[in-house]
Amino acid sequence: MTGGRFIRLAETVRAPLQLMADGKPIAALEGDTLLVALLGSVGHLRHSEFGDGVRSGFCLMGACQDCWVWTESGERLRACTTVVREGLRVTTEPLEATWPNRT
Amino acid sequence: MAQPHVIVVGTGPAGVRCAETLVAAGLTPTVVDEGRRDGGQIYRRQPEGFKRSYAKLYGSEAKKAEDLHCSFEAIRPKVDYRPETLAWNVTANKLHVLHDGNHTAALSFDALVVCSGATDRLMPVEGWNLAGCYSLGAAQIALKSQACAIGRRVVFMGTGPLLYLVASQYVQAGATVLAVLDTSRFSQRVRALPALAVRPGLLLKGIALNRILRKAGVAVHSGITPLRITGAAATGVQGVTVLDGNGSERNFDCDAVALGYHLRAESQLADLARCEFQFDSESRQWLPKIDRDGRSTISGVYLAGDGAHLLGADGAEAAGSLAALAVLSDLGQPPSPDQMPRLRRTLDKMDRFRRGLIKAFPWPHAQAAALPDSAVVCRCETITAGELRRVVNDMGGSEMNRAKAFSRVGMGRCQGRFCGHAAAEVVAHAAGIPIEMVGRLRGQGPVKPLPMAALENPGAANV
Amino acid sequence: MGAASAFFLRKRGRSVILLERGLVGQQASGVNFGNVRRQGRYLPQLPLAHRSRAIWGQMKELLGDDAEFLVTGHVRGVYDEAQAAVVEEYAKDARGWGLDLELVGGSEFRRRFPFFGAGVICGSYSPNDGHANPRLAAPAFGRAAARAGARVIENCEVLAIDKDGEDFRMQAADGRTFRAPSALICAGAWGDKLSAAFGEPVPLTPHGPSMGVTEPVPYGIIPVVGVSSKVAHEVVYFRQVKRGNIVFGGGLRGPAYPDLKRAYVLPENLLRQLRELRRLAPELGKLQVLRTWSGIEGYMRDELPVMGPSGRISGLYYAFGFCGHGFQLGPGVGDVMAELIDTGATTTPIEPFHIQRFAASPATAQTTPRAAASATA
Repeated sequence: MTGGRFIRLAETVRAPLQLMADGKPIAALEGDTLLVALLGSVGHLRHSEFGDGVRSGFCLMGACQDCWVWTESGERLRACTTVVREGLRVTTEPLEATWPNRT
Repeated sequence: MAQPHVIVVGTGPAGVRCAETLVAAGLTPTVVDEGRRDGGQIYRRQPEGFKRSYAKLYGSEAKKAEDLHCSFEAIRPKVDYRPETLAWNVTANKLHVLHDGNHTAALSFDALVVCSGATDRLMPVEGWNLAGCYSLGAAQIALKSQACAIGRRVVFMGTGPLLYLVASQYVQAGATVLAVLDTSRFSQRVRALPALAVRPGLLLKGIALNRILRKAGVAVHSGITPLRITGAAATGVQGVTVLDGNGSERNFDCDAVALGYHLRAESQLADLARCEFQFDSESRQWLPKIDRDGRSTISGVYLAGDGAHLLGADGAEAAGSLAALAVLSDLGQPPSPDQMPRLRRTLDKMDRFRRGLIKAFPWPHAQAAALPDSAVVCRCETITAGELRRVVNDMGGSEMNRAKAFSRVGMGRCQGRFCGHAAAEVVAHAAGIPIEMVGRLRGQGPVKPLPMAALENPGAANV
Repeated sequence: MGAASAFFLRKRGRSVILLERGLVGQQASGVNFGNVRRQGRYLPQLPLAHRSRAIWGQMKELLGDDAEFLVTGHVRGVYDEAQAAVVEEYAKDARGWGLDLELVGGSEFRRRFPFFGAGVICGSYSPNDGHANPRLAAPAFGRAAARAGARVIENCEVLAIDKDGEDFRMQAADGRTFRAPSALICAGAWGDKLSAAFGEPVPLTPHGPSMGVTEPVPYGIIPVVGVSSKVAHEVVYFRQVKRGNIVFGGGLRGPAYPDLKRAYVLPENLLRQLRELRRLAPELGKLQVLRTWSGIEGYMRDELPVMGPSGRISGLYYAFGFCGHGFQLGPGVGDVMAELIDTGATTTPIEPFHIQRFAASPATAQTTPRAAASATA
């Protein structure tokens, strides 16, 4: 799937905003969760660490912890409970193996 | 005399009614909630700026939702309200919270009322770890809270009244629902009618939901056996295959599956508070022990709502009020004599209905035994049923925490929320022992992931 | 200790009954940090540690299970020059005991260990140490012992033990009685009750280690990482497993209740630990803690275990109270105790651990805080 996993049914008249996902701009609406924004464009949130493919969230209520996403600056965001803001820069790729090294 | 410190965790139906009752008695409770807005899950509020009406959002429950939200607005200035605050641990008389990113605090209490609610209860099926498979609750939250459907062509699978409710909400909102696949058999629901009839309004609602689905051309099947969710690792769900009630294989091409089997209590805080648990054999799950008013086995710790006893939203409201009255009573402010008996009677009625629901829509525990070895049980760690069985058979891991230690089931980010019940069923079957003997995953802090960046709280315990 | 001893006794052809109150490896054996470390040990303990390290390298052949043992090296960082001198001194002395450590500083330190925080000025590296999975190790020994013919009886609490003529008699809670001419007490934090029953009380205090684990992240930190410091709360440590999770521990311990078989991580200890971990390796601050746990470890007043024959009764042996540093020693302890019981002597010096050292003043005093708390991990 190349985006559009979630389908908007209503509430489409909201202020648009833009964030960056994997270095590319994606469009969202004010009030979207990061999960909805990412699934609307990228179609997934992350890759499972253990080889079974991409993940796109599961419970949407902050219980399953399956939707954690990295920001480019190395913070963790739980996509289903994070509201998007203009200019947010996230990645759906895992950290590099050099992640622990101080610059 | 200094006012006693009471902390209420959760602002769903139980938490709101609890706080409201405490405020009415002159107390100023601290109300902690992990979310940004009050309302809990079933009456989850849409984000500010969204425009749909209560009727559109909550259908037949619109009035209850609005009442609850208004009640909270009314008491909001009278409580110490801490939204976006995660209660991650509890020690004797202290609730440990995370707020504002990495800040922590230890909140002292004389009484703690935990109204932590529930999640969906899941029975794994092969392929449920594919992107595009969601819990039933998630499908509802996507709609209520973000005005989205989880996919272009959605299949609903599982059992329980929520299955029909969310599917019909999707239909009414304009989503494409291909099928509703219920593992329970029609005959089971008929046999449960006497118990369900104790709440005739709900029974009628159920019938109405079915009518909505059929009118919309949604295929509704009962007595199904889930076989697999198919798809690709890179793109997610592509279909669902089940055996229908007659044993014929049926396939549905879809891009999303909403899966759920009733509810599972969020009981981690009760566990960390060292409350005793007991096994409920009808629903085959471990629940914290409470007396009829919500007192746990730990003095000063009260439990109300679906986090303790799965009575649904109406039951949660009554349980929240009742627990507050128990708190007041125990703190030396007994309520007027008719209040508690009335609430107890309400809860008794809810409980009869709850037991009827279990009969009508039973937890299909035998599906755990039938899972193919290749089916993933623990989604977080990607551990299969086969790996879990090997641990039981080859390593003697027939107690749940032992099986976890050997297989890694339950060691992931969700700490066994979504795999724990099914994993216990797999272990019980592989070991040939009753489910109760497998035990339950031992609760450990933090309740939810705690950032390694969490700061020590600078001063003495905040109050 | 018990499972390994049972295994090695079977290898020597001795008949063995292993009585375990709960499940093999459920207590301290299963909850510890998992360090397979010789660096930092009390020097006279090194011969035992070397013997054990050799067995770790053969776990797969011996048991069919390597308990996820990895030879990753072990590095201890220090925060000041005074402590750098301490580890330098230790490295010099350890060479004489057969342990070769590398002192690493300056730009080479930054190059080889780029995860260390700026405040860590240099380190001491032990290339052939490593780590393993404590949840798997003792049970693997237990299963191997059973396959080799030991009677391994779980869920069997021993209520009373005495010597009746030539035999030791163990009375179990389920009513059974077990007899044997030799008895080995390896009951961990509960060992002192049994030694006291034989007139050999010892000053043992139970403590709960503060353990935790993070979410899985790409495998980027190979060695086990610790700290050498005199300040107890600074002594934290962590290891990354191949699956990516980072297991951590150290700092202050929490309360342990042997009677209830429960121990708890105190939230304030965890938060302080996180602070020290961020100081040690700042990028850890990006991750999330998924779970914490504790267990019941038995600490002796002098921070050395009780190991060897009884001082009073022939045929009676002890191996317990390893003060939170017993995991690496497990296979070696098993091998040595088997040798001792089988032949009457062992080639590995264990006199410093003889229970007789407490015969003069056995009172279970409060554990005196160890002044020089060089890393016990």
